[in-house]
Amino acid sequence: MTDNNRREYWNTNLRYLLTLLSVWFLVSYVFGILLADTLDHIRIGGFGLGFWFAQQGSIYVFVLLIFVYVRLMNTLDRKFDVHEE
Amino acid sequence: MDTQAWTFLIVGASFALYIAIAVRSRAGSTKEFYIASSRVSPSVNGMATAADWMSAASFISMAGSISFMGRDGAVYLMGWTGGYVLLALLLAPYLRKFGQYTVPAFVGDRYYSQTARVVAIICAIFVSFTYVAGQMRGVGIVFSRFLDVDINTGVFIGMAIVLFYAVLGGMKGITYTQVAQYWVLIVAYLLPAIFISFMVTGIPIPQIGFGSTLSLEPGVYLLDKLDGLNEALGFTAYTSGNKPMLDVLFITAALMVGTAGLPHVIVRFYTVPKVADARSSTGWALLFIALLYTTAPAVAAFARTNMLETVTNKEYSAAPEWFGKWEKTGLLKFNDKNGDGRIQYVKGTEQNELTVDRDIMVLANPEIAKLPNWVVGLVAAGGLAAALSTAAGLLLVISTAFAHDLIKRNLKPDLSEQGELTAARIAAGLAVMIAGYFGINPPGFVAQVVAFAFGLAAASFFPAIIMGIFSKRMNREGAIAGMIVGILFTASYIVYFSFIDPASNNAQHWWFGISPEGIGTVGMILNFVVAIAVARFTPPPPERIRELIENIRIPRA
Repeated sequence: MTDNNRREYWNTNLRYLLTLLSVWFLVSYVFGILLADTLDHIRIGGFGLGFWFAQQGSIYVFVLLIFVYVRLMNTLDRKFDVHEE
Repeated sequence: MDTQAWTFLIVGASFALYIAIAVRSRAGSTKEFYIASSRVSPSVNGMATAADWMSAASFISMAGSISFMGRDGAVYLMGWTGGYVLLALLLAPYLRKFGQYTVPAFVGDRYYSQTARVVAIICAIFVSFTYVAGQMRGVGIVFSRFLDVDINTGVFIGMAIVLFYAVLGGMKGITYTQVAQYWVLIVAYLLPAIFISFMVTGIPIPQIGFGSTLSLEPGVYLLDKLDGLNEALGFTAYTSGNKPMLDVLFITAALMVGTAGLPHVIVRFYTVPKVADARSSTGWALLFIALLYTTAPAVAAFARTNMLETVTNKEYSAAPEWFGKWEKTGLLKFNDKNGDGRIQYVKGTEQNELTVDRDIMVLANPEIAKLPNWVVGLVAAGGLAAALSTAAGLLLVISTAFAHDLIKRNLKPDLSEQGELTAARIAAGLAVMIAGYFGINPPGFVAQVVAFAFGLAAASFFPAIIMGIFSKRMNREGAIAGMIVGILFTASYIVYFSFIDPASNNAQHWWFGISPEGIGTVGMILNFVVAIAVARFTPPPPERIRELIENIRIPRA
């Protein structure tokens, strides 16, 4: 692998990380804590939205985020031919 | 059959299963003993990780804590799941590529320093012992309540079981036993929750049920009713928080980062064959964990409603059977202060007559909801599965840290393979004894020491590993200085408020209102800052370390 490829692979990875971790931060710290009281004015069934993110929604999003990362990286690994057989 | 018979039957059957699995998967080499030869499939490893991770605290205590904390309980829900995102994205794949057996091995090699290795060994052992003591205690509680045996006898039985399969099978035995334990604990957790959700709301999915309306009072949402009940007794509404927002932020962060830094969780990702597997395995682990973690807040809300409706202002003499049973264990206490023969459960110490230990909420829930006897037995088996699986994982970390990191890599590098395997088994055996000792003579501060474990993991390992992967400039001096400052700061803060001056352990005296539970976040930030500052003024790492970093960043190179 050339140095250029190496750098590109790593930078793409870092970009994925940054994007996904922003979502991670948003659903837990922002929706579940910082803006929870405001979001609680929006109701889905018996849940205030802030309460729902704090006790349910953030966890679902966490699971999704990991599997999205898995897919992105599997594709990236193949593109740069660094995947393991 | 009565509850007792069912409990003996189900618990006995589950133990027989664990032992049968252990006998089938004995370890023959150190590689099998430490990391199951890296031959575990990602989903199986995910399941084992879930059982390893979900401890007696998750199974027995968490829903109870949430039911008393209301919305603030989210610190545990988000804190103990969000760390897996960090693990999958920032740690697991790179550590898998690095491919040693343990966290201290990574820290020692990456920072080319025996000092760093020893600091990491001490942290790993301390964190694991703190944690394992709590598990043994959990085993004792379940035994004494459900099987009517003495707590100490219960701890001995638990020790014998763990000793058998951890010492015999190492990681290989533990992994497959944990898969069985996952099934036992998840079924035991979900089944009563589904029953109760269906009874209360008519919807059998607890995650949806607790946001729905009540069967008995059409049009009234469960959570609205619970808010009302709470407020009528002087408590804060269930869905609004009590804790200051800053503290909630810091606790959540400390638990997330601590999770990602816990050695017994990290080591599980060495057991899969490939880097890509380490990523997906983390996803599987969180999916299996999420099944319980999204059910727990529902259980909490149902249990709280049930309890308030069952006991509030009821005649003590007419209290249900489970009430008396739990009074005997001392986890439920009634003191008729105003002598009217009724149970007053309200906020404030003067009028309140009922003290409820949070551990009861899950264990007594099936009885409170009048579920069949065998469900109660299943819950007992589930609690034991949760405690035993976590204990085994922790014991393995302790024995690997001793036999591999300390003896083989530090003190006696010429130790033979067979000698190391024997050392690992002896270490595991000794660790079980010490854990059992703490289970029988619990330090009176189990709750605080758990905060300790997370705080230390957050303030020591997490920054050291992250910088080890993502910075080529981070060197030995920086990492060691960062870890030491992080640990000392976090430890002194917790020790001060828990042991030296417990009277001042309140928001008024905390720095910026950050509780000891959340202080690990500050320790982590300090670790990063100190490490980066020190690394600036000290020589960069040698060329071979830069190559090592290049190498771990790419799955196949």
